[in-house]
Amino acid sequence: MSYSTINRLTPYIFLAPALVIMVIALLYPLGYMVFGSFRDWDPSQSIGETSFIGLGNYISLWNDPNFHESLIVTLKFAITVVFVEMIVGVGLALLLDRNLRGMSVLRTMFILPMMIAPVVVGLIWRYMYHPSIGIFNQTLEKIGLGSVDWLGQHALLSVIIADIWQWTPFIFILSLAALQSLPRSALEAARIDGASGWQQIIYIKIPLMMPVLIVTCLLRLIDAFKVLEVILVMTEGGPGLSTEILALRISRTATEFRELGVAAAMSNYLLMLLLILTIIMLAFNKLQEMKAERQRRAVEAEKG
Amino acid sequence: MPKIRLDGLTKRYGNFEVLHGIDLEMDDAEFTVLVGPSGCGKSTTLRMIAGLETVSDGEIYINDKPISHLEPKDRDLAMVFQDYALYPHMDVAKNMSFALRLQKRPRAEIDKKVHEVAEMLGLTEYLHRKPAELSGGQRQRVAMGRALTRDSSTFLFDEPLSNLDAKLRTQMRAELAMMRQRVHKNMIYVTHDQIEAMTLADRIVVMHDGHIQQEGKPETLFKTPVNKFVAGFLGTPPMNFLDAVIESKGDDTYLTGHNFSLRCDDATLQRLTDYPLQEICLGIRPSDLEYDAAAHADESLSLQVDIAEYIGAQSVLISHSGEQKVMVELKSDTPITLGEELNFRVSLEDIHLFNPSDDRAIP
Repeated sequence: MSYSTINRLTPYIFLAPALVIMVIALLYPLGYMVFGSFRDWDPSQSIGETSFIGLGNYISLWNDPNFHESLIVTLKFAITVVFVEMIVGVGLALLLDRNLRGMSVLRTMFILPMMIAPVVVGLIWRYMYHPSIGIFNQTLEKIGLGSVDWLGQHALLSVIIADIWQWTPFIFILSLAALQSLPRSALEAARIDGASGWQQIIYIKIPLMMPVLIVTCLLRLIDAFKVLEVILVMTEGGPGLSTEILALRISRTATEFRELGVAAAMSNYLLMLLLILTIIMLAFNKLQEMKAERQRRAVEAEKG
Repeated sequence: MPKIRLDGLTKRYGNFEVLHGIDLEMDDAEFTVLVGPSGCGKSTTLRMIAGLETVSDGEIYINDKPISHLEPKDRDLAMVFQDYALYPHMDVAKNMSFALRLQKRPRAEIDKKVHEVAEMLGLTEYLHRKPAELSGGQRQRVAMGRALTRDSSTFLFDEPLSNLDAKLRTQMRAELAMMRQRVHKNMIYVTHDQIEAMTLADRIVVMHDGHIQQEGKPETLFKTPVNKFVAGFLGTPPMNFLDAVIESKGDDTYLTGHNFSLRCDDATLQRLTDYPLQEICLGIRPSDLEYDAAAHADESLSLQVDIAEYIGAQSVLISHSGEQKVMVELKSDTPITLGEELNFRVSLEDIHLFNPSDDRAIP
């Protein structure tokens, strides 16, 4: 082998182990899932024994009202939590972006919920929502407002509240980082130009934070579509199908209903949804890069 | 234009006082330059006038009204920042019109004003570019334009030229001087560059260690500095300081230092009448030393020239007399041989005298 061939191959040789692991851990299961989604697949069979049914699983899901219900619950959940988390997280960041005594302690406290394992979060909230011994109902009764059927009638709202509690810190911490990297002098210039605190937020801070906010929002949305543990622990999808988000339905279809093919097809629907969001995010990042590159070129061209 | 007055302006960070009671009065439509080395408090003073720093003590008056409790936006001033501080997400036109848009001025009026200023600064063709698409000089002009579109009575400049390269800085300095003639406003300008200060200012305020050292017209400060700091800070190359003692020999009085002894004339004797000490410090500007091979020893310095820095028409000689380094500025065509002891005539009326115990000038 000539020297130049070795030189050309070197990067691939170094990349090979990582690629092999990725293929085994990621692409193989993914391929397996796609393959399985076209088959009538029962867990007692090996995949070779299953029969090919084409798009059968996809079509039956397309017409399945329970799947629709689950999709709607997931959309309601994801969009609501991300919307509220964005507003509260960015709001808190704007509020706490100042150097006052004790501010760093406060900031640390705000991000604690994010550090707790989701199962534990689910348990904590399940106890707090408990109809008789939960802190919410006890408090409500003490002040004479009567108890609320948290995990029954208002189950979706309750899990939404828990998720907001856990994941607002994620948005808070990224927004705060974005805020603190804003050019200080531009904000000072805005103060001199006559912008009130509110106007500085609307016209300077938010627009400058926008790239970070968009990526944060997409990341959170992708995550919210995949949510499982907290809801599993709190409601197990119930009552009825009221909190049965897609991830939960997928796992139940596979384990309880023993329909692996259908579960695989459902996973692929979710995967497509997430792929679309990911592509939007990557496209947005690419766009930002291209814009920066174009501006850099324009300045260089001018200099000659 | 309103008059700005600082009265005992003091700034403390915790227990650390950085500005020790600044008193200053600026005349109507005057171009005031605060100049001094890094950390002298000049930028802090400007930022306190702008309202970006709180006032620890003392007061800022505009037309005799105290304003230190007001927000920056209520002080009727515009500011140009060192790093331009443009709004990165707005194009040039939007940057320049931001203040007017906040004031909800009519659209037509805003457009007219922006175009007027853009025309004046040569920015018309860049109005729809973002700051990232502009060169340093253009950004600097936009920053200036943003200040100009507002009809503020006072302009504050915080080292506006220090991020530009040398050639552009000279050009922008000239443009600033021209703009200054057209715009009848109060201007307060902070710089560490004494050439900017000398060329632009109606009034220079030299600051050091949080105190005003001296203020006045550029020529006044250059010709009659009140202390060694001001004398050494203004002028390039800087003033030479030589230690000497006052000696009487026979009927005459001499200023004698290491390797030189200058005979005092009557005017100099007059200046020294009430001077209590023996020791004295002489300040001689490099341009006040004149090469004269025939000069007598009691009216000249004998210097050994180490290096000649050729600048063009002028050269700067770096020489020494004993331990003492002395700079001389003279015409480049003067026949000088490096390494030789040469005589440079000192005319006593050009000499500055300082009291070495407190560094104050002897008038």
